[in-house]
This record gives sequence, C-alpha cells and structure tokens, in this order.
Amino acid sequence: MADSTVERLTGLIRETSSSLPADVLAALGAALRREKRGSPASEVLKTILDNCAVAAARGTPLCQDTGSLTFFVDESLRRRVTPEKLKAAVAAATAAGCLRRNTIDAVTGASRDDNCAEGAPAVHYVRPAGGGGRPSVALLMKGGGSENMSRQYSLPDAGLAAGRDLEGVRRCVLDAVQKTQGYGCAPGVLGVCIGGDRAAGYAVAKEQLLRPLDERPGRFEARLLREANSLGIGPMGLGGRTTLLGVKVAARTRVPASFFVTVAYMCWAVRRRSIQF
Amino acid sequence: MKQLVCPFSEKSVRGLAAGDAVAIHGRIYTGRDKFHKYFADGGRLPVDFRNGALYHCGPVVIERGGGYAVVSAGPTTSVRENAYEPAFIEASGVRVIIGKGGMDSATLAAMKKFGCVYIQAVGGGGAAYADSVKRVAGVSLLKEFGAAEAVWHLDVENFRGIVAMDARGRSLFDDVRLASLRRLEEMFRS
Repeated sequence: MADSTVERLTGLIRETSSSLPADVLAALGAALRREKRGSPASEVLKTILDNCAVAAARGTPLCQDTGSLTFFVDESLRRRVTPEKLKAAVAAATAAGCLRRNTIDAVTGASRDDNCAEGAPAVHYVRPAGGGGRPSVALLMKGGGSENMSRQYSLPDAGLAAGRDLEGVRRCVLDAVQKTQGYGCAPGVLGVCIGGDRAAGYAVAKEQLLRPLDERPGRFEARLLREANSLGIGPMGLGGRTTLLGVKVAARTRVPASFFVTVAYMCWAVRRRSIQF
Repeated sequence: MKQLVCPFSEKSVRGLAAGDAVAIHGRIYTGRDKFHKYFADGGRLPVDFRNGALYHCGPVVIERGGGYAVVSAGPTTSVRENAYEPAFIEASGVRVIIGKGGMDSATLAAMKKFGCVYIQAVGGGGAAYADSVKRVAGVSLLKEFGAAEAVWHLDVENFRGIVAMDARGRSLFDDVRLASLRRLEEMFRS
C-alpha cells in the first residue's frame, strides 16, 4: 500500500543521489573560473560539472559510490518519520537503482540487498536550532573514499608543534588537508569540531557538512579555507587553486584531560538535501 | 586535448607528459581487486591487453535488450593494486592504466621501462563516464568475480582524463605532494 511519507522520503533519496544543491554547483562553477583553461584542474572541474549535468538530467546516481546515508529528522516529526519508514524508503530507492548495494555485514561480509540493517541508514532526531519554519528531514550521503579521509587529532601534538589553542587547531586542520591530498576526491568540504569527546567530535564535525557553502564564513573559517587552498593540491590532487570548497567549524565543551580536533572530509559530491513537512 | 585511440602505440604513449589532458577512444577493459589477485595467482589473462588499456573500475551495469548497459562507471582507488601492477605491466604489454589517486614508485618505474602511462579519471564522475561508454562489447570472468569486479569490454568515445604518471618517470601526484608539504612547513613557520 502506498504511503505518502515513504514516497516523499524515497523522492528525497533519489534527488540527493542524482543532483547537487545549488550552492555546491555554484562553488564548483566559481572554482572552474579561477583555473587556467586547459590545465589539469580546469579539465577535472569541467568533467565534474558535466557529470553533474548528466546525472541530474537522467536522475541517476552522480557517483557510483552512493555512500552511507545519514538522516537528520526534526524532533517534532519523530512519530511521522519513523526509522521503519526511513528503511522502507531506502529499500524502495535501492530497488529503483538510486542506491548501490552498499551495506556490508562487518562480521560475515554479506551484502544486504535492500541497504537496510541495524544502524543503516543512520537516523538522528534533532531539535532545530532557530524556532519557526516547518519541520524538516535532511539527508547526507557520504562516499566511503571521503569517509576514509576523516581524521582526529589529540592536542598537544608534538609532531605538529600544535598546542591547546586555536593555533594548534589550525595546524591540525592544515595537516589534515595536506595528508589527504586529492584522495578524498578534492575539492571537498571540511567539517571541523574543536573539543568534545571522540564520539561527539566525529558526529559534530560531520553535522557541519550540512551547512550551506554560501553562508558568511567566520574569520577563522575564512582563514583556514584560504590557507588550505594555498597548498595548491587542487581538484583530484593534480594541482590547482581550489583544494577545498568550504570549511565549517564548530566547538563543543571538553574535559581538562582531553582536547580533540576532529576533521570530517566530504568529497566534491556534497550530496545533501532536505524536505519540509 | 590529446586524442588517444586504441590500439595505443608505444611511441604515442611515450610522447605523453604528466599534466596532459587526453580523450580516449576505442576499447578499454575494466579490472580491479579480484582481477589483479587472479593474475598474481597465475590466472590466464582473459583478453589481450597488448597495446591496450586497463581501467580500475567497478561499474554499475544493467541488462538491457539482451545485452548490457553501463549506468555508472567512475574510477576506483588504484593504490590497492600497487603490489600487482609492475608484473602486470610487464606480462600484459598494457599501455594505458586508468584509475584514481595514482600508484607507487615501483609502478612508475615499470611504466618507464615498458612504456605505459597512468591516467587519472575523475572520482565520482560515474555518470559522465557511463555516457562515454558507447557499447558493452563483452564481459569476462563475470561468473567468477561478480558484476562489480568482472572484466568488462567497453567501447568508449571521448573518455576524458589527465596523464598523471608518464612514461618518463614523472608523477604529478609526487610533485603536488612535495610542493604542498613545503608550503605547509612555510605556513607553520610564519
């Protein structure tokens, strides 16, 4: 029997998998205009934008690694958008070819035909920041190649001469970008969490990837973006002016003994989208 | 944009330099983890790679009209094949390896010795590369490896990439890594 909530959620997955949000496309277009015509960076960015156009026109996944799915659901929708309905939508989207079979049992190695299992998809019920506005469901699809590039540092870090201050944080973030090179499918977006425990660090850093690229950056974020791009790593690590499209930083309280800096790397295929209910 | 047409001659491959943008036309074969392991274990090559191209790719393929169609065909990470690739280059006579992220110095040395280049395809470019596949001409080792790991025979037109490791021993990845490390150290001093 058709369920309108499941249908809308299935549509959200299809859209997220096949087309990038406008702010990400604009950032990729701006990056292309900064590169010299005929350079490796310019050729890579052209292929990326062509790819986005083909995928959006056909409604097919823009990357074959459709990644892991994380839903952020407004607390007020808890009874309407249940984990069961989200799973039904994931199963339907998988059957329709919008998602690759991407869910592997970590012990047996068996692949799930419908991408549904314990913790897959990941579902977080969140209290929206500002009041007002209609309740929404946001989806983030993140490929494995970029997830492999996320890192966590513990300050102080002697190797980086990084102490327990913002200068130490800066060193961790720039080191992460240099170590990642093009492997996370640059130009990507960084979500950074200063503080928190290890688990909160990764969760909060990943959540920052939902923030739009066209919002006004903080001074520290702008500096990190400028310095990261001056490393010259470029699209897919072949050199160029744009290594990152954005840097989003958040902070959480910590205990005296711990000072973590967590960096979540998102590939250029920033697949995030939300719908309102 | 340099045009590379299969079969690829040693001369045309040796004429390429790291940083060149290329468009590939003609037959390419996919092969990834299981294929390389199979080769290293003494398996017989299912197709003739001489003057040909190997693509590190696990495509999404569907059956259509009694044949196959490629839905998505972006590159997969190449470093996992480092251990196998020098021997494969020597034994197979392959001229072009397409993948993502580059390969190690032993592979670079084999490329120089035997005349082969590494072409970086764009990670995540699955839809655009699927568009450049004009025909699935066949498939090998499908039953043995499964669809994502089989050797697909793809006829492509205008498959775009960048020469990232050339047959003269230069790797763009190494250049960029070194320059970015120097710049990082410079920023840490300031």
